[in-house]
Order: sequence, then structure tokens, then C-alpha cells
Amino acid sequence: MNPPAIPEGLRAHPRLGQWLTVAPDGRIRATPGKVDIGQGISHALRLIVAEELQVAPLRVEMVPPSTRHSPDEAVTSGSLSVQHSGAALRLAAAHLREACRARFAQRLGVPPEAVTLAGGFFRARGERAGYGVLVDASLLDAEVDPSHLAPRAGQASALGALGRSDVAEKVFGEFQYIQDLAPEGMVHGAVFRPRTLQAQVHEAVWSRLLPRLEAIEGVSQVVRDGLLVGVLAESAHALAQAADRVVLAGLWQGEVEVPQPYEIAGWLQSQPLDSVVIEQRQDEAPAAARTFRAEYGRGWLQHASIGLCCALAQWTEGALQVTSHSQGIFNLRRDLALAFGLPVDAVTVSHAEGAGCYGHNGADDVAFDAAWLARHAGGRPVRLQWTRQQEMTNSPLAPAMAVRVEASVDADGRLVAWSQDVWSQGHGTRPGRGATPALLGAWQTAEPAPVPLAVNQPPTTGGGSDRNALPPYAVPRLDVRNHRVLAMPLRVSAMRALGAHVNVLAAESTMDEIALALGRDPLAYRLEHLGHDERARAVLLEAARLAGWEEAGSREPGVGRGLGFARYKNTGAYCAVVAEVEVQQQARVRGLWIAADLGLVVHPDGARNQIEGGAIQAASWTLLEQADLGPGGVRSEDWATYPIHRFTDVPAVEVALVDRPDSPSLGAGECSIGPTAAAIANAIHDALGIRMRVMPFSADNLMREAQRQGA
Amino acid sequence: MPAEFAFTLNGQATTVRAEPAQSLLEILRDTCGLKATRLGCGLGQCGACTVLVDGEARHACDTSMEAAAGRDVTTLEGLGSRADPHPLQTAFVEEQALQCGFCTTGMLMCGAALLRRNPRPGEQEIRQALDGNLCRCGVHNRIVRAVRKAAGA
Repeated sequence: MNPPAIPEGLRAHPRLGQWLTVAPDGRIRATPGKVDIGQGISHALRLIVAEELQVAPLRVEMVPPSTRHSPDEAVTSGSLSVQHSGAALRLAAAHLREACRARFAQRLGVPPEAVTLAGGFFRARGERAGYGVLVDASLLDAEVDPSHLAPRAGQASALGALGRSDVAEKVFGEFQYIQDLAPEGMVHGAVFRPRTLQAQVHEAVWSRLLPRLEAIEGVSQVVRDGLLVGVLAESAHALAQAADRVVLAGLWQGEVEVPQPYEIAGWLQSQPLDSVVIEQRQDEAPAAARTFRAEYGRGWLQHASIGLCCALAQWTEGALQVTSHSQGIFNLRRDLALAFGLPVDAVTVSHAEGAGCYGHNGADDVAFDAAWLARHAGGRPVRLQWTRQQEMTNSPLAPAMAVRVEASVDADGRLVAWSQDVWSQGHGTRPGRGATPALLGAWQTAEPAPVPLAVNQPPTTGGGSDRNALPPYAVPRLDVRNHRVLAMPLRVSAMRALGAHVNVLAAESTMDEIALALGRDPLAYRLEHLGHDERARAVLLEAARLAGWEEAGSREPGVGRGLGFARYKNTGAYCAVVAEVEVQQQARVRGLWIAADLGLVVHPDGARNQIEGGAIQAASWTLLEQADLGPGGVRSEDWATYPIHRFTDVPAVEVALVDRPDSPSLGAGECSIGPTAAAIANAIHDALGIRMRVMPFSADNLMREAQRQGA
Repeated sequence: MPAEFAFTLNGQATTVRAEPAQSLLEILRDTCGLKATRLGCGLGQCGACTVLVDGEARHACDTSMEAAAGRDVTTLEGLGSRADPHPLQTAFVEEQALQCGFCTTGMLMCGAALLRRNPRPGEQEIRQALDGNLCRCGVHNRIVRAVRKAAGA
């Protein structure tokens, strides 16, 4: 392994005791700042610590992160937890191990090389000692020295076979989600708001509604602040009645202009734009003989987690304590402090796990709601949980996108030029990054903070809408640009894979189209342009082998196969997908064969679970999903109006990992999204001869394209 | 008006005081303190709150306490325990058939109702039976494998 890069979190928090501490009985307490959001990350981190320390994994206790005791590892996002937090913990654990070995050796007067370690015990000269007796405060006070990490010499994860311990807790109903917490003295809260960012309150309606809310048995208080209406009650039942009355009252008036589904690309391109060059290259190249141009896209998507956003908040003598399933507890703390005019130290945010999180959902916003309402609760803890309709209509949307590709080949069919233009709103309105709070409720009080426009991360950290806009293929002339749309009628922010979903669809559809136009096999054509990247070729060949790509031969009518590949963010995991679809009235994915290279795999079963789950979610986005928007905001407010794939829709999936123990670990959670979308599009083309370029590939859109393309 | 309602909960005779229209889900979670049954939508659309009522899979969110009175209700807490697990629970752990686990309760209860009426379901029967239970993490295939395993397939 190359000398380890020091992860940012470890640079900012270099002290060993910030990451690992040891109880006298030898139990290890690990305190990373990355949080469990349904992906099971704490299990992978536990395996890393246990492997380095050579202790049983269950001897490592994973402490739920809190701003009180955890290092600030920013946001748990971007498939970076094993990459960053895992690397930090591995360096910390290696340091702890070698410091203990040295201390034991010194006590016995032997050289450290004479001390062996197994099962958590150091042994030499017939003596033994565990971590509990060797560690003291001074040892943990040291700065982590990264030189203790031993080369792996090709060794795979030693503990990867162990399953997640939280699985049994969840299966036996023992696990406590944030939604299950009920602290002593708790009061239930609800916050009601318009579905648009700006609106007016019908004051006459309000004056009629207020006594009707106060009259509900169990309601203890009704609070109004600007556009927000808060209700405190002794039971969830009372809040449900309040919700019905608010919804029926028609309290707010607010209209936004949103494009119809068929005019999204034009809308994006006609807004004020912030255009930047992502990359340009002008190498010597033969003349272009043929050029291929097309435009790809998608509408706005919704998170649609099965659970509801929830938070607990309590004020005690001017200090605020919040329990949240936020992806970024320090960022949330900062913006809560901004919103309530508090010093940061007066706010504590502790993490508790919620239902699956696939990007910037409403977790931070509901924490604001709970804190805002708890100011009126007389010191009692307030539990606030959104309804399904609030979940669907308050949460940020994933941005719509349009992507134009123009690719040219020379007389021999080799790529000579590629341009890719991306139009999209920014993919981030997360808290913790601006001068004012990025929390929905803080924009809707009587003294509202300004609504910030969505932004993108810089390309060096993976970009936003431009994620994977750079094709992975060797091409001498390159021109990639991002056009950030400077308009946000409804709030948008990050969702799994950001722009990679559409950018990979665009690039991989283009490669497929060129290969077929040249009479080449799409796999062989890709491999020819990946001579520089052995790992890319390896996953493509592995996916093709799994799927039996070469020997596919003739298939039933209406059935097709397609290929998609990307290296996530161009720096992360490699992933290739073969999809098989059957198309009748609508397209159904029958099978997905996926190969991924994640470098050193810490927990193979967890990684496969993430990759398969990402692919199944991507298939649902790609074939089915699009938010229904209207002048009054998001109209798709439940599972009837925003359907997702079900058991009978879901394809069979096979996942193969190309383990590379000597290469740094790369995150698994997002790498299969783009390649799956592309493989499905290419498979539909193989089945029908129709090129689907704008998602979702729904029955209606398939029929329209079939008519337009004359198939 | 609140009234007393008697029903059997996980094998125990139970009486609660509730509004007749109050949902069985809220009574289970907030009155009885049995938190494994989950609120996902409150609209009977996602299956996260599935319980067994007289052995049949039912959404606790749109079952009123009045309708549950006199019935035999089983929640995940009553399905099995670590000492005496239901075969589905064993299989879910072995197959690691979840990611976030929020839909898992509903999957287990719906699967248990299926196995009661059809101890040897085929793959398509399992998919049909679970089709009203939503999963957003994409663990469907693991869940199907676990149900097949529990059925001894």
C-alpha cells in the first residue's frame, strides 16, 4: 500500500483519544464522527478497528456520534465513510496497537519484535497483558502517528465474514430508532407550513383555525411564527386531528412557477446560469469523421424513505439539546446556533438512527422544527415527527438535469473529441456551510433568514451536477462544462450519486450508440478506449463474464441487454453493470449483473448489499420516478402519487467484487447508480431499437419515444 | 369519548383506554410501549406497520382500536424471541436481509402471515404476498431469499 494519506478528520483531530479509548476490562470504545444512516457503516468501522487491534469485533463498542464527544467528520455522504473515517480509525488503531506493544515490551525489557499479539492479548516471556491494563491517559493523549500501519501484502479483510450485529436487534424488535425514543416528560409536537418556500397566510382563515386547534382535546399549546404553525399536545392522536384541521383550512396562499415534465430541459437552459469549464483538453488528434449528438435528462426526484423525519429537542437554561438522524451533526449544530442566536457551545446535537437516508432529506429541518417548538414547552423535551405528506412535500427534491453530449470519432472509429454540457440546479443546500441557517423553518418564521440557492461542491471533491461529467475513456479533445441554474422555485439538494445518475446515462448511452453505429460490440469498444485503466477493464470483463455477455446470442423478442460503466466521481469505486430488460407495455428489468472494484473490501456482504440496493433504487428512479410539481408545490405526497418499485418489479441481481486488498478502500453506496441507469437504457435500445434519453422510462414515455423514433 | 377496549396482545389478555377511532398502531406504540411496529405512512400504503390480527396481516395504522377490540393481535415482539425465534427471524439474520431495517417488522409479519396460510410458497407467491410492503434500500431479493429459507425451500 502507498504511504497512507492522512484523512482530513484525523488532520483536524490528531489526538488518539479522540478516536479510540479503552475501558479497564479491555473493551475498546470507538468514537468516529460518521453516522449510521441505514448503510451499516459502524459495522464496517468496527471491523477495521478490530482487525488492526486483533480483538474480537464485539469487544469494540461503537459510540453513537454526538457533538459532545465525537470528532467533526462533517457530513456522512458521498461514499466516503470507509474511505475517510475508516482510514482515520485504521491509523488510530495501528498506533494504539503498537504503542501498547512498545509499552509491554518496555515493562518486560524485551524488544517490541519479541511481543506477539493474538485475541487482544500481548504475550512475551510467558507473560500477557491486554489493552485495558496497558493504556492510560498519557498514551491516548498522543498525536496519531501514521507510520504504524503495516502493509497488507495482499491480505483480504480478516473479519469480513461477520454479519452486522444490529441486524438481529432489528429483527427481534429490540433496536431503538429515533422514532422510538420517549424521554421522561416528553410532549408531542407538530409544525405545519406551506408547501412553497414563500407564501402568505390568510389571516381570516387563521383567526378561525386557531380556536379550532386549541379546542382539540389533548392540545396544550398552539404557536404561530410567520408562516409556521406549531402545536404541542399530550398525544399523537391529538396531533393527527390538528393536522386534518390545518390541511382542510387552506391556510396559506403561495404559488410558484414550475415547468411541466416535457419542458424541463428547456426550462433549465433558459434560466440565469453560472457556467464553468470543468475540463478542457486539446491534444493532437486525427480529423473527426462522424459526430454523435444527443441530449439526456431527468425530472425532479424524491427521497421517499420508508420512515418519517423525526427529532427530539429540549431547552435547559438557555442551552439546546437535540437528538437527530442528521447526516452532519456538527453542521446542524452550527446552523441551529445561527437560527436561535446562540453560541455554538450552547447547542448539543446527538445522533440517533432513523430510517434509510439517501441524501439531504428533512432530518435537519425537523430538528429545527422541534427546537423552535420546544421553546414553548417549558423545558419539557419535544418529540416532533413529520407526517408522510410533510415528508414528501417538505424534503428537498433531487435536482432535474439536462445533459448534452457531442462525441466524434475518426475514420477508424476511435474517439477523437468529446464535449459534455450539464444544466442543473446545484446539488446542495445542506446546513453548516453558509452565513445564514440552511434550515427550512428558519426561512419561514416572522423574521426569515434568506433562502440560499443550491450550490455544487468543487470538482476536486467530486463535484455536484458535474459529478462524472468527465467520460472515463481516452479521448484527445475534451470540453466539459457545467451550467448551474440560478433559480430554485422549490428547494433542491443532494441525493445519492448527485449528477452521476444522468451524466453516466449520457456518456454510456453515447458509447453504446457509437459502437452500434460502427458495427462494434459495445464491450469491446469500451475496452479499446480504456487501455490506460486496467481496473476499469477488469470490472467490465467481470460483469460481462457474470452475465454471459459474449455467448448471449439471439433472445426472445422484446428482450434486450445493455452495458453501463463508470468510476464513481472518476476517483472512487469502479462499477460495471449488465442489465437485461423485457419490454411489453412497460419496461421491466429482469436481471442485473454487477461487478465492482472497491479496493480493499472491509465487509464484503455489506458492500454487496449496498451495491445491489443502489442498483435497485436506481432502477426505480430510472423507470418510474418523477416528482409531480404544481403551482402549489410538490403534489406527489404519498405512495399512491409517488410510487416506487415493489417486490414484483425488482430484478434478480448478482454482484461480484474484485477485491484489491493492497489498494485503499473505496465507498460502495453510490457507485452502481449511474451504470445501472445506463445499462437499462442500452438494454431497452437492444430490445426495441428505441433510444431512451430522458428518464423516467415509463410506459407513457416509451410509447411517445417509439412513435417519435418510428420504431 | 374514550372507552375501554379488551383484546389479546401477543397472547396476553389486555385492556386499554382509548378513543374508538384511535389507531391500533398508536395504541401499540404509545399506550402499550411496543415500539417494533413502525409508522411509515399512516395511510395503509407501505406495510411498515403490519401486525397479525387473528392470524392475518393487517395495517395497524388504519385499523381502529374499535375494530381491534376482541381480536387476537400479534406484533413482532410476540412473533419470536432470541431464545425461541420464528424461522423467519433466524433466516433474516442469516441472510442479513435488511439495510436500515425500518421496513423489516412489516416484512416479517407479512411473511409470517404468508407462511401460516402457505407453508411452502414459491418465489412468485412470496413476491406477490410482499408486494404491498415497500422497501427503499433495495433489499427485496435478500428478503425473498430469507422467506424461502424459512419455508425450508
